[in-house]
Amino acid sequence: MSAETQTLFVQHFWNDSNRTLDYYVKRMNGYESAKKVIATMTPDQVIEEVKKANIRGRGGAGFPMGMKWGFIPKNSEKPKYLVCNADESEPGTCKDRQIIRYTPHLLIEGLIIGSYAIGCHHSYVYIRGEYVREAELLNAAIEEAYKNGYLGKNVFGSGFDLDITVHRGAGAYICGEETGLLNSLEGKRGEPRVKPPFPAVSGAFSCPTAVNNVESIANVPHIIRLGGEEFAKLGKIDKSGGTRLISLSGHVNKPGVYEALAGSMTVRQIIEDFGGGVWKGKRLKAVIPGGSSSPVLTADEIDVVYDVEPLMKIGTMMGSAAVMVIDEDTDMVKLLLRITKFYAHESCGQCTPCREGCHWMESILHKILHGEAKPSDIDLLVDVAGNIGGKTLCALGDAAAMPVQSFVKKFRSEFEAYVKGQKSHA
Amino acid sequence: MEKHLSDRFYGAMSKLEPRYPNKKALILPALHQAQKEYGWLPKEVLAEVAEYIGVHEAQIREVASFYTMYNLKPVGKTHLKLCTNVACCLRGADDLMEYAEKKLGVKCGETTPDGLFTLSEEECLGACTTAPVMMANDEYVENLDIRALNELIEKVKHER
Ligand SMILES: Cc1cc2nc3c(=O)[nH]c(=O)nc-3n(C[C@H](O)[C@H](O)[C@H](O)COP(=O)(O)O)c2cc1C
Ligand code: SF4
Ligand code: FES
Repeated sequence: MSAETQTLFVQHFWNDSNRTLDYYVKRMNGYESAKKVIATMTPDQVIEEVKKANIRGRGGAGFPMGMKWGFIPKNSEKPKYLVCNADESEPGTCKDRQIIRYTPHLLIEGLIIGSYAIGCHHSYVYIRGEYVREAELLNAAIEEAYKNGYLGKNVFGSGFDLDITVHRGAGAYICGEETGLLNSLEGKRGEPRVKPPFPAVSGAFSCPTAVNNVESIANVPHIIRLGGEEFAKLGKIDKSGGTRLISLSGHVNKPGVYEALAGSMTVRQIIEDFGGGVWKGKRLKAVIPGGSSSPVLTADEIDVVYDVEPLMKIGTMMGSAAVMVIDEDTDMVKLLLRITKFYAHESCGQCTPCREGCHWMESILHKILHGEAKPSDIDLLVDVAGNIGGKTLCALGDAAAMPVQSFVKKFRSEFEAYVKGQKSHA
Repeated sequence: MEKHLSDRFYGAMSKLEPRYPNKKALILPALHQAQKEYGWLPKEVLAEVAEYIGVHEAQIREVASFYTMYNLKPVGKTHLKLCTNVACCLRGADDLMEYAEKKLGVKCGETTPDGLFTLSEEECLGACTTAPVMMANDEYVENLDIRALNELIEKVKHER
């Protein structure tokens, strides 16, 4: 494989002048994939190519992208929507931000190809409200695309029409969940919907809708350029094509957004080769491998290949590929309280187990940390977590339960030290 | 009804209207635009947004109160929003919060008596690889340390 195909994104990051249409056209074969698709391929052929690419959604759930597009009904009278999830709110994750900042045209071209494939004529990018400057940059790139006839009526003179609108969120983690996002897009509270109906049948404005993450969509021009099969081959592991953008944060020497061929590295290699090892010469205690909701790994578990299935096999998940590294001096009880407080704060409150359970877990953890808990409270905590998972409308409930269960299971002695009065909160 | 929102607000909205299949979808953009003009969303502004969208004021309030970025109370001239979520926590966010509280003489969630600063705690701002992170109004401040925080606060004080 040539060096050029080792990474698809990061070589274009970190340089402000790379976000222009000029750079994109000259240096990244800009808009050639979209032109080719619209001129020479049928929508079905595009979806077939994306299926061949074995690309899993990059937003967290890892659902195969081609299959999702295939669910959009072909002969529906209603408008269809491709909605891009740029909410980027799973703690630890900040890769979509770099795509928007440095390669916005890649996202726009992906939206053109995806819209063509599912028959969408108005695509929305739902971007988290805090990304004010990123929304401006994206709008500027969209403006450039309109001016050049790549968007609007008659894209590339082909007769295909497409508008793109950037819709800003306003600070609510739950709007990253796709049906919460759709409600928010419609001007409502961002509360997740009861499923079914799934968005493919009734999504934005009650019309068939595909919701895809920024990184997922930005990969589509690469898929067309390389061909589905070649893209799939980039992945070093079954069922995972392409590369993965990894947000590496916490106690490493070189935090950053990195890119690896899917399944080509272990968690240890990510920490050592990308992150330059644990900071300050300290020892590793734990790793949160896929955003704050993913079950924690101990230092002994990091020789696992970093991809969906290997991580699932050892009881955790890849999520949004946000790796958070935790050194030996970290108080796991305090850290878990912080994580749990987040989910309690962000629970939309529709389901009783999630609303009550998150607050209950937070208050038990608070008691443990402040030396006010009984030994049995540790089991109570795990019980409460067990009663949330799987009993809620959306996955936030599970997201809140998984860290609690895994922290207590793997670092129980730290919790016991507090309840036995052997340790007290500084 | 007396108008509080400017022609700029109505101009921006009429440009957006054709981009959505119904007017209700304009609620979030309208609240953003209104807050841009006003700094926060007082009752009369919410009422005017409601009238523009064509729904009851209570409905606008119900939506607005769901989202943390809409200020239903006035905020200071510079709103410091410190992320204290995991990645920032691991790299010293708690110390920064403690320092900011001391320096400004307010607790997290409060506004200084001179109206210059509001200090808030934020959930993950999506910039974890450059933690700790803060927003000062709309701007991200990344790789934040006590010295940079101090400088920023002093700068705002001198600009008043
Ligand atoms: C609580 C919660 C938060 C989520 N946050 C995000 C997010 O910030 N960004 C994202 O792309 N997906 C997020 N997701 C996943 C979306 O629901 C959805 O699966 C995803 O956008 C689909 O895109 P993909 O198939 O391209 O990954 C979240 C899910 C849940 C349950
Ligand atoms: S699980 Fe929690 S966040 Fe999700 S819908 Fe239910 S209450 Fe809301
Ligand atoms: S945890 Fe602070 S920006 Fe993500």
